[in-house]
Formats: sequence, C-alpha cells, structure tokens
Amino acid sequence: MKKPEQELAEIRSMMERSTRFLSLSGLAGILAGIYALAGASLAWYWIYFPSSEYASGTESISTADLRINLLVVALVVLGLAVGSAYFLSQNKSQRKSQQFRSPASKRFLLALFIPVIAGGLFSFALIHQSAYQMIAPATLIFYGLGLINASHFTLGEIKNLGIGQLILGIIAAFFPEFGLICWALGFGVLHVIYGSLMYFKYDR
Amino acid sequence: MKGTYDKAFENVVRLRVMSILMVNEEYDFNSFKEVLEVTDGNLASHLKNLEKQEYISVNKSFVGRKPMTNYSATENGRKAFQNHLEFLENLIKENR
Repeated sequence: MKKPEQELAEIRSMMERSTRFLSLSGLAGILAGIYALAGASLAWYWIYFPSSEYASGTESISTADLRINLLVVALVVLGLAVGSAYFLSQNKSQRKSQQFRSPASKRFLLALFIPVIAGGLFSFALIHQSAYQMIAPATLIFYGLGLINASHFTLGEIKNLGIGQLILGIIAAFFPEFGLICWALGFGVLHVIYGSLMYFKYDR
Repeated sequence: MKGTYDKAFENVVRLRVMSILMVNEEYDFNSFKEVLEVTDGNLASHLKNLEKQEYISVNKSFVGRKPMTNYSATENGRKAFQNHLEFLENLIKENR
C-alpha cells in the first residue's frame, strides 16, 4: 500500500482534474482587457468628444449611425476576446498536457455562457427599448454572475473577478453617467489585473 | 480504528475512478480513458470489477450513432469510499 498522504493527494488531484477546467489562459484575460479598453476609448471618443455636453451619454446615442458603429465595435471586441481565449486556452492545455474538451470544460462553458447569453439578449432588448444607459450595467452584471457561476468549475480567481464586475455593474446602474467608465474598468482594467495574476500564478 | 481499508480501492485506477465519480454525477468511458491515461482493456476490467461489487452503475445509451457508456457511483460505492477515506485519515492521525 502507498502512503496514506500520497493516496489522499491522489484522490484530491483526480477530483480537481475531473471537475475543473484548469487550462484557462491568463494571457487571454490580459488581451481581452486590452481589446475592451481600446473599444471603450473609441466609444468614449464618439460619444463624448469634443464636448462633455451629453455627459449622461443617453441623448447622444440617439443617432442611428452612432448606434451601429458602437454595436460593431462591441461585437468586434467580443469576437476578439472569445477567439483569443479559445486559442490561448487550447494552447495552454496542450502545453500542460491537460484535456481541452472534457466534461469539466463543457460544464465550465455552460455555467459561464448561460448567464452571458441571457445578458446579451437582454442588452438587445435594452437597445430596442432605447434604454441605452442600462446596457453597460446589464453587461457587467450578467457577466459577473456568469463568472461567479463558472468559478466552481475553473481557477478560483474567477470568482473575485466576477464579484468585481457585479459591483461595478450595480454602481453603473445607479450612476449611468459613469456607465462607460465602469464598463472600461470592469471589462478592461479588471481583466488585465486578474489576467496578469493568473498568468504569473498558473501559465508559466 | 474507525473506517475500513477497502481492497477495491487498492488499485490506483479503481481509486481514481471512484474519486472522479464522487464529484461527478456521471462520467463516460472515453473521458475516463483520457483523464486516467490507461488502455481500453485495463480500464474496462477495473470498471467491471467496481460494477460487480455494486460500487458503480452503468448506463448505456446512444448519442447519434455513437454508443456512449456513462458511469455513476451507487449509494454503496459512496459509503465504501467514505469509509476508505476515513481509514486513511485516521491512519495519518495515528502516525503523527
């Protein structure tokens, strides 16, 4: 018989490996943050520049051109972020010889994307209702909930990242004039911070 | 001493299989194979062994045309595993 300590360690590692998706790339988080900051800067430039006359950010989004531009930027940022996360995580799982497609990764994706897709559809409803000032808070809150939900199935840091997004989302809901700033802090700065933390802790 | 050392978990593959089934409602054959990095025959014989002792139950189905074999832990299996864990924990405590 092996040493009991070894045997317990063995059991623990099997439980972790079979339930958690451990290949999530920290670098992808950093990149997602950078894309978000670039997108938010562009949006800020379009909405608020040159004057801060429309500080609440609602009236100025009423032109259809601007709305389409903002939507395109948002979708490009989303596409780049998801794409980077997919490729870099696949890469990491190969490097660490872990599985990329496993029951654990499926569970992780499902836990994350059910709230996130619901949030996306909800945001389209907000556009439809012309409640533009609520889009930033809604995306932050749904994404935060998705992360907290998914944190059981991946690296634990994700939970704090989710709580951060949630807090920023609620602040943005009460103070819509800070909506874009909160969005940039959440999707941009927090992603970069947590991405770097995870990169230094797990990726290398 | 509390807990019992269970011969069924003496083998490392069976111990790993049971560890996985304690935290996953269901787990399929191919996923086991990938996580455990064992051959088909080896895995099948250990699964059969656990099944015979009624520690795990088997559920065969089809996904499209592919057969899919899912395993889950039975009430007996969970208890046996808990006892085994308790035994190991006590062993550690006593040797301290």
